[in-house]
Amino acid sequence: MTPDLPIPSRPSAGASDAGFSINWKWLVIGVCVAFTLYIAVIPLGFLLWQSFFTPQTATKAAVFTFGNYITAYTDSDTARLFGNSLRYAAGVSAFSFTVGTGLAWMNERTNTPFKNLFYALSLIPLVIPGILFTVSWILLGSPKIGIVNLVLMNWFNLSGPVFDIYSMWGMIWVDGLHYSPMAFLLMTAAFRAMDPSLEESATMSGANVFQVIWHITLKLAWPAIFATFLILFVRAIESFEVPALLGLPVGIHVFTSAIYQAVHRYPSQVGLASTYAITLLLITTAGIYFISRLSSSGSKYSTMTGKGFRPRQIDLGRWRWFAAAVFFVYFSLIVMLPFLVLLWSSLQKFYAVPSMQALQNLTLDPYRFILNYPNLGRSVWNSLFLSFSTATVIMLITSVICWIVVKTKLPGRWLLDNLASLPMVFPGLVLGLALMIFYLNVDIGVYGTMWILFIAYVTRFMPYGLRFNTTSMLQIHKELEESAAMSGASWGTTFRRIILPLLKPGLVAGWIYIMIVSIRELSSSILLYSPGTEVISIIIWELWENGQYVELSALGVMFILMLFVLVMIAQHVGKKFGIKEH
Amino acid sequence: MLKVEALFTEYTNELGQPVKAAQDIHIDVPEGHFFTLLGPSGCGKTTTLRSIAGLERPKSGQISVSDVVVFSGSRGLFVPPNRRGFGMVFQSYAIWPHMDVFSNTAFPLQVGRVKFSRAEIDAKVMKVLAAVQLDHLRDREATKLSGGQQQRLALARALVMEPKLLLLDEPLSNLDAKLRELMRFELKRLQRELKITTVYVTHDQSEALALSHQVAVMNLGRIQQIGSPRDIYERPQNQFVADFVGSTNFVDGRVLAVEAEQGFYRIDTEIGALRAYSVEPVRAGDKVVLSIRPEDVDLSDAQPADTRVNAWHAMVDQKVFLGEAMDFQIKVGERTLLSRTHPSVRTPIGQRVWARIEPAKVVAMPASAELQKSP
Repeated sequence: MTPDLPIPSRPSAGASDAGFSINWKWLVIGVCVAFTLYIAVIPLGFLLWQSFFTPQTATKAAVFTFGNYITAYTDSDTARLFGNSLRYAAGVSAFSFTVGTGLAWMNERTNTPFKNLFYALSLIPLVIPGILFTVSWILLGSPKIGIVNLVLMNWFNLSGPVFDIYSMWGMIWVDGLHYSPMAFLLMTAAFRAMDPSLEESATMSGANVFQVIWHITLKLAWPAIFATFLILFVRAIESFEVPALLGLPVGIHVFTSAIYQAVHRYPSQVGLASTYAITLLLITTAGIYFISRLSSSGSKYSTMTGKGFRPRQIDLGRWRWFAAAVFFVYFSLIVMLPFLVLLWSSLQKFYAVPSMQALQNLTLDPYRFILNYPNLGRSVWNSLFLSFSTATVIMLITSVICWIVVKTKLPGRWLLDNLASLPMVFPGLVLGLALMIFYLNVDIGVYGTMWILFIAYVTRFMPYGLRFNTTSMLQIHKELEESAAMSGASWGTTFRRIILPLLKPGLVAGWIYIMIVSIRELSSSILLYSPGTEVISIIIWELWENGQYVELSALGVMFILMLFVLVMIAQHVGKKFGIKEH
Repeated sequence: MLKVEALFTEYTNELGQPVKAAQDIHIDVPEGHFFTLLGPSGCGKTTTLRSIAGLERPKSGQISVSDVVVFSGSRGLFVPPNRRGFGMVFQSYAIWPHMDVFSNTAFPLQVGRVKFSRAEIDAKVMKVLAAVQLDHLRDREATKLSGGQQQRLALARALVMEPKLLLLDEPLSNLDAKLRELMRFELKRLQRELKITTVYVTHDQSEALALSHQVAVMNLGRIQQIGSPRDIYERPQNQFVADFVGSTNFVDGRVLAVEAEQGFYRIDTEIGALRAYSVEPVRAGDKVVLSIRPEDVDLSDAQPADTRVNAWHAMVDQKVFLGEAMDFQIKVGERTLLSRTHPSVRTPIGQRVWARIEPAKVVAMPASAELQKSP
């Protein structure tokens, strides 16, 4: 070789230190896999186990029994519970699907004015947690104090309320509205993924509009439509806030509220709650199973590339202003009205319907009360701390998990992927129940501390982190990593200096998303918190139980504003890192 | 310098079936040589290169560089790629998009086991960037480079740690035709200047012929022939090599007689008896295949002086004007032969033309049943 570039100065490779770097890699992988197993499998196992035991009391030890299942499945109440849950979930999913699909179609395929603005606003509904959304709709639609009812009675001189939010239809209305933004986003993605040239070639073959829709559009979109519907169904049957706040007072029970009641009875019927939970789990598992089947079979339709085209838009003519009005009304229903009613009620001493007289009694007292609320500071701190650490831990661990799944050829990696996604089937309440049972029985000092909440959050939101990371990981070319290895970098260095920086878009977006959903979390926390470990949503729940509506509203307004800031940051960061939607 | 002995590498594909990617590979590359693995996609050339790099773990065999063993199946020794100290340029270049030109190049110096001071890194990086003419772009975002610049950056990154061995995996295949030819010269100049031992993988025969000291033609996981570019082209040892490297006419035949002159034989074929050359000795009665390169079929309107050996009065069946050359399809009896000649030959279609082939350019090789066997 020339003196210019002499013989390599690097020492020749040896087997011993190669072994060391491999060990380090396997250590990290091992810890992450063990963590996933622990998080995903343990609660499920204990839930199953517990459903076969009688309740433990001070005098009687738990004994093995099929009694819980016999009680649960021979009881006519269970049949009603089952029927209610299915009707409720079907209603919510049908309603939110119809609304979301209609809006998505208007937004993607028509020339409705302001639609870009509307799409930008589609993240905003995230800022209103389920419990606040439900409370605000009670303030709007309750037969006694609901503003909408009172206004309508006043205008049309009616003697009774127009509608009653405390009913099955009321529950479907509130939860359906709450899930409609999700339907909107999913269907928007489906519309965008559809290559219009497929439709255009059908038109060129002589098909009319309806033939195109029937033979091409619907057939191609079918996996997406069905998957969206199933996702909404699963989310609806898991949802806790609406059935608890609207259903329980008038005796309309679904699985989630029944589980909550069974736990809070004395003596608490954990066994019965477990059988309900298992039943609910079976339903959600079936749903998730079909969704994943659909999305893997959906790859057969990979002609839907979603690249570099803008679909032809349908000219609505004068109707486009009507469409814009629909957008406006919809946005009012899911964001403006709920927020304004909370804002109004937060400025009152005692809850009062808007009137000139009430307008003169505006006060900031509820805010003063809340800011001096004894548990507030601690719960805000708990919420922030939990969501921050949950998001961080999830994103780091799932980055290793999805590296294993996407980049290696390790046998059994598909199992790891499925295990890490397993918590997807846990309704929040069921997860809370499972963890409660486990850590009550296995006393390792977790029950009653922040740790149990932390574990619950990590378990519940791990699938989201995995999803975000996987999307980014798939875009990292294998050779980017291999060239680092060829440059002499060890596995750890490669992961730290190449993989993590390249994952950044997914990491950051996922981190913020998990931060937001864990700060709003209620249905797991409600079974797991103890005095001292309350989070914000628990304080809201407590205030509701105590009937402190105006104080709740004040806290709600501040909470929404805080989440709003978070979402704004998320959108900003998303733009910066080139992430358009999630 | 690089010695690969009896290398076998297999992997399982998505369907879980084992793929025998590299079979019984023997390679010996002397210090400073440019060695090319040439073959169609799926022939095992990339697997062989990745086995040398350590990105693929072979089933058995031995790989050593400057007498340091980096893989040995029998001893269970496997040095991971990051401890081998080889430079590699990937097909996609694998330029890290989150780093600029300088940090991409400096990375191997920062992560290696030998620690360099900041000033040393700076000096080494700038020297290698200057060698590939990227020194003026040191702070440019890697994603803002053109294809040719990315390619040179990948080369700089592979060279900066002054590797014992440079591995190149189809580095020119993502460039457009003009740039590819330019980079071909560039690469050859750099390699000959630095005298760095290089293993190059390509499916492009003209790249292989243009760049290499030695070429190994691969097919179905096995090396078909190793030799200098001229050997490979002019003396292909089997039908696959003759067919894959350049285009050729195959004519089936049977050996009539061994001639007095060493290596020459008289062969009976459908276009009559020919005089041909064979590297491997054959006997009368053996079945052979003759390879005749189109450019070796000389056409002329005038009758050649000697028409007794390898000459025919053929008919022009079809012709194509290519600019720098002219392709003729001529008919000898029922058989069509392809001939590439100077464009000055203007015999019209349907007319007769004299065709002549130098006996040394008619290469006889074993008939196709033995196509897959390694030499």
